Amino acid sequence: MKHDNQNIILKTDQLSIGYTSKKKQNIIASNINISIKKGQLIGLIGANGIGKSTLIRTLSNVQNPLKGDIFINNKIMNQYNGLELAKVMSLVLTENVSSKNLSVFELVALGRQPYTNWVGSLSENDIEKVNQALEYTNISNLKDSTCFELSDGQLQKVMLARALAQDTELIILDEPTTHLDMYHKAYILKLLQKLTQETGKTIIFSSHEIDLAIQLCDTVIVMTDDGVISDQPSNLIAKGVFNSLFPKDLIAFDEKSGSFKVKK
Amino acid sequence: MTTYKTYVRAFIILIIVLLCCFILNISLGSVYIPLNDIFKSVTGNIPEQETWQYIIQNYRLPKAFTAILVGSGLGVSGLLMQTLFRNPLAGPFVLGISSGASLGVALVILGSSIFGGFLAAFLVTKWSIVIAASLGSFLVLLSVLVVSLKIRDTMAILIIGLMFSSITAAIVSVLSYFGSAQQLQQYIFWGFGSLGNLSWNELGIFFIIYCIGLLLSILSLKSLNTLLLGENYAKSLGLNIKTSRLIIIISTSLLAGTITAFAGPIAFIGLAIPHMTRQIFNTSNHKILLPGVFLFGAIVMLICDNIAQVPNSDYTLPINAITSLIGAPVVVWLLVKKQKMIF
Repeated sequence: MKHDNQNIILKTDQLSIGYTSKKKQNIIASNINISIKKGQLIGLIGANGIGKSTLIRTLSNVQNPLKGDIFINNKIMNQYNGLELAKVMSLVLTENVSSKNLSVFELVALGRQPYTNWVGSLSENDIEKVNQALEYTNISNLKDSTCFELSDGQLQKVMLARALAQDTELIILDEPTTHLDMYHKAYILKLLQKLTQETGKTIIFSSHEIDLAIQLCDTVIVMTDDGVISDQPSNLIAKGVFNSLFPKDLIAFDEKSGSFKVKK
Repeated sequence: MTTYKTYVRAFIILIIVLLCCFILNISLGSVYIPLNDIFKSVTGNIPEQETWQYIIQNYRLPKAFTAILVGSGLGVSGLLMQTLFRNPLAGPFVLGISSGASLGVALVILGSSIFGGFLAAFLVTKWSIVIAASLGSFLVLLSVLVVSLKIRDTMAILIIGLMFSSITAAIVSVLSYFGSAQQLQQYIFWGFGSLGNLSWNELGIFFIIYCIGLLLSILSLKSLNTLLLGENYAKSLGLNIKTSRLIIIISTSLLAGTITAFAGPIAFIGLAIPHMTRQIFNTSNHKILLPGVFLFGAIVMLICDNIAQVPNSDYTLPINAITSLIGAPVVVWLLVKKQKMIF
């Protein structure tokens, strides 16, 4: 059991997520208990409005949980200060960066902020990490381009490179495949898989690409009205979890191909 | 990094231009003084006529230094506001800092007749105007910030800033209605803006507060760059948003507040200088932009002052009007030429 705990990077305990407005709690999902093992690629899927984004935002400390705890490396998230957390967990969010006039190199280099001095000067080590991140994501050739010149696919790689440059064990991405064409969706997710395998990082992402997630992820977290289930994709298929994901009138899950088909 | 070389070249050019503008500024005025004698006065030697030395040392030099402080300070505070509020339209004026200062000054100059007695005795010195302007600008900026914490939409913040300006303008109107003609004139003259009214002592105090503001802005360089990613990313990078935001706001209110206090409300510079600088340096990195804005603001202000002096005449036009008259067309021209607004 103890050995097990050391292998777990992120764990939630009776977590409730949602929003507080005017003293009224609007609970979106509750009793979420998941544990995430180190070095895995984890996909978070669920229908629109089920609370994927809220869960991602809660896990990434963008918003506070309503109840329950999140443990990162067996330490409650609240006990980390901002800088400590920044060295353990990096994010790729759906929001655009405020300034698109940064060059790709400058933007990726901002990922080194937790390690730099008071004016943010880059050391040789920092520059090396930035270049590594650019190489991993295959955008070294874009280094000097400005961000507003980039396509959505390129920009997503840049944001991933920025998270990589932050050099954290855990990377959380909120819908990294939206606005991308089919090839780039697969490209980004395949890249995430490669990163977990080669660098041992743990990567959690939310996505609507259920078939891709089934093919690539080590673990899939499924959010349904009945609760949150996490397991290996093959086990989830065997349990028939995907059948209950959506209303049954239009699409059905095909267990053989591991994807959804439109009903005729 | 090849790009840094081009930055260095641009900085050297800007510094040379600044020096030229500085010399031009002190050599122009209602009295003609030969360049040779100007150098003599500045370096402490005695020029041909002693009045020249007096004019240079006690009038033109303080004025030129004030212009440098005003231009650079307003430019820097505009840059900070644009990054903090993630809005290219932000600046000390748009968010009501200057109208806050105006309200403070109006209360001191015009309000003395209403509040009377005890207050009148200790009001309407240069220092009470300075303090009132600083307090006014700080309070308005703080209120805008408190509201902005509740509302995420940046356009809403901008509108709220404009509302604060309207409220202060309304209060100033009410105060003006009760003020005497002499007080009104005093207030209106303050509103024209002036670079030339400061003695060396006043300039000293101005300089000290300005330096504190500038120092805080330099300390904020890293957080400003991080804020370029947006607040959620900045937080995920370990930035303490509340602290950095407070430092940025204090820095801005010190800079914009004292400048408005000592030189009056100077329009346009705070909003436009950062944009002009971005067009030159084509970057969002504050480590480049901040010194760029500093130098460029000082240069533009010196040039505006030269024009306000109306060379070879006795007229001095209100500097506040000149900054907009000269500067606004330049920004329009820059944007039309470059076809895009960089932010």
